[in-house]
Amino acid sequence: MSETPVAMSAQSFTPPADKRVPAWRAGLRHLRRSHAAMIGLGIIFFWIFVALFAPRLSPYDPLAQDLMHRLQPPSSTHWFGTDELGRDIFSRVLYGARISMPLGMVVVALSSLIGMIIGGISGYVGGGVDEIIMRVADVFLAFPSLVLAMAITAALGPGLNNAMLAIVVVLWPTYARVIRGQVLAVKSRDYIEAARAIGAPSRRILLRHIFPNSYTPVFVKASLDVGAAILIAAGLSFIGLGAQPPIPEWGAMVSMGRQKFAQWWIATFPGLAMFTVVMGFNFLGDGLRDLLDPRIRRQG
Amino acid sequence: MQLWQYIGRRLVLMPILIIGITLLAFIVSHLVPADPLGMVLSERAMNNPEIVAAYRARWGYDLPLYQQYLVYVRNLAHGDLGDSIATQRPVLQDLAQFFPATLELTLAAMMFTIFIGIPLGIIAGIYRDAWPDHVARILALIGVSVPVFWLGLLLLNVFYFHLDWLPGPGRLDPDIPPPPPVTGLYTVDSLLAGQWTTFRNALAHLFLPALVLGSYTMGAVSRMTRSSLLDVLGQDYIRTARAKGLSHRAVILRHALRNALIPTVTIVGLAFGDLMSGAVLTETIFSWPGMGRYAVMAASFLDLQAIMGVTIIIATVYILVNLAADITYGLLDPRIRIGG
Repeated sequence: MSETPVAMSAQSFTPPADKRVPAWRAGLRHLRRSHAAMIGLGIIFFWIFVALFAPRLSPYDPLAQDLMHRLQPPSSTHWFGTDELGRDIFSRVLYGARISMPLGMVVVALSSLIGMIIGGISGYVGGGVDEIIMRVADVFLAFPSLVLAMAITAALGPGLNNAMLAIVVVLWPTYARVIRGQVLAVKSRDYIEAARAIGAPSRRILLRHIFPNSYTPVFVKASLDVGAAILIAAGLSFIGLGAQPPIPEWGAMVSMGRQKFAQWWIATFPGLAMFTVVMGFNFLGDGLRDLLDPRIRRQG
Repeated sequence: MQLWQYIGRRLVLMPILIIGITLLAFIVSHLVPADPLGMVLSERAMNNPEIVAAYRARWGYDLPLYQQYLVYVRNLAHGDLGDSIATQRPVLQDLAQFFPATLELTLAAMMFTIFIGIPLGIIAGIYRDAWPDHVARILALIGVSVPVFWLGLLLLNVFYFHLDWLPGPGRLDPDIPPPPPVTGLYTVDSLLAGQWTTFRNALAHLFLPALVLGSYTMGAVSRMTRSSLLDVLGQDYIRTARAKGLSHRAVILRHALRNALIPTVTIVGLAFGDLMSGAVLTETIFSWPGMGRYAVMAASFLDLQAIMGVTIIIATVYILVNLAADITYGLLDPRIRIGG
């Protein structure tokens, strides 16, 4: 009983100079001010809509082969043309959203969760634990992302699930690092000292006081990383390690058009879809960064 | 002073990091539950008991796992990265052959990154929130969003297949012999040998893949240059410079840019990792005979020794480049120079 009011008054020790929480809230409120972020959100919602309603929007079954009409150029019957097996590329591009959109979000959610837990422990506990965790993270970060993801996927065996796992392995250390830095910065603040002084348990301090004040950079990074995760997964599919045929994954579809310069539509449309989705996430992340980064935020 | 301490620490930690890299590569290569011999030997070699016995002894496959790792590191220390199934040669020998092509491509992409990315970021920072900033932002975001393998195909289709303005895949036209090897970089070697036709051809072949490979880092570097410039522009000494009546132009050129460009050294070092990632895909599209294409071939053949070898080498080069970038940063930053 007595803990709650004391903890609340401990919160009120927050120095006015700490703008992190207000910046985050204000960021959301001011999101409308950033054209880039709004354009990004619009593109993302468009593709979420496509992913949700792909079965209704697609004129054809994305897997249905029609060997009589293979390699047809774009026309009124096949808007984006047909591929080597006569499958309708427009339908396959729409269905591709059902793979890449959730893939990017799940991969980033998992890596940020793992990174937050490990980075949080690292920063909060400190000392030898921190040193070991950060050296391990350094080892992961020493590999260029696609190169490590490729090695892991090759070792685990080609396939979309293994590719996703590989991307999580590649991404988590970056989150661990960011969160650790945030925890270290927040840890020494007076209100954390106060919470500790009144005997709040470590878990509570981490969950209730430190994490809420560390969200901002993770949020910006996560929105940029969804795009990056989609690109890495598509790259893996392109070289044959990710999605396997006949899955209508955009990277794998571009790969089918590789040797076919005359049939330009096979590679062009799936790539265009990927490009716009990734651009949506990057616009959002870039806009958010401008809004939330206090160093370069517009004065006034 | 602080940075030098940091660099000193990094130098001390470097061997630990390299051990970590080999350990991670070792763990990854043992993720496969299957018989490791089956993964490193071709089917024909598996049927030959002599080869199988020799391999067991060489890689210590009968030993416990931690001893296998020690054997692996010992072989590595002797430059033995294992043999490739696909090429039937030592992996190190393969990598030595493919490295110059990747180096040439990466350096050319780095030129695009530096000479387009940094000026773009400066313009964006100077004209913040005005139209040049918006244009630069859109260009940068296109650069970081476009899938390199798709951009490569698209540009090859337009400039090679349809317009025929630029040559197709590869480092040289098939009828042009490579220049006498000195550095392994065709553009440099052809100049050294005075072969102008070869030089022009190599340069034309290099242009498109380097542009494609550099597209991501151009975007990333321009965004970070912009942030760095804005960061500097918000500082007190800039306000002082403005207050004493200097023009906007003079403030930017004489005061801000000098300091804003120092952090870009670190950024360019980090961009190298993205270039190595991108090289994997770019080299595949352009049939560029480099390490990236070698890595892809190894991955599709499940040629594990080759994959691990190329991964370890790329990671090691990457951390060395970043260390060099940090040292350069220390040398450029006057606060540290005076302190030391």
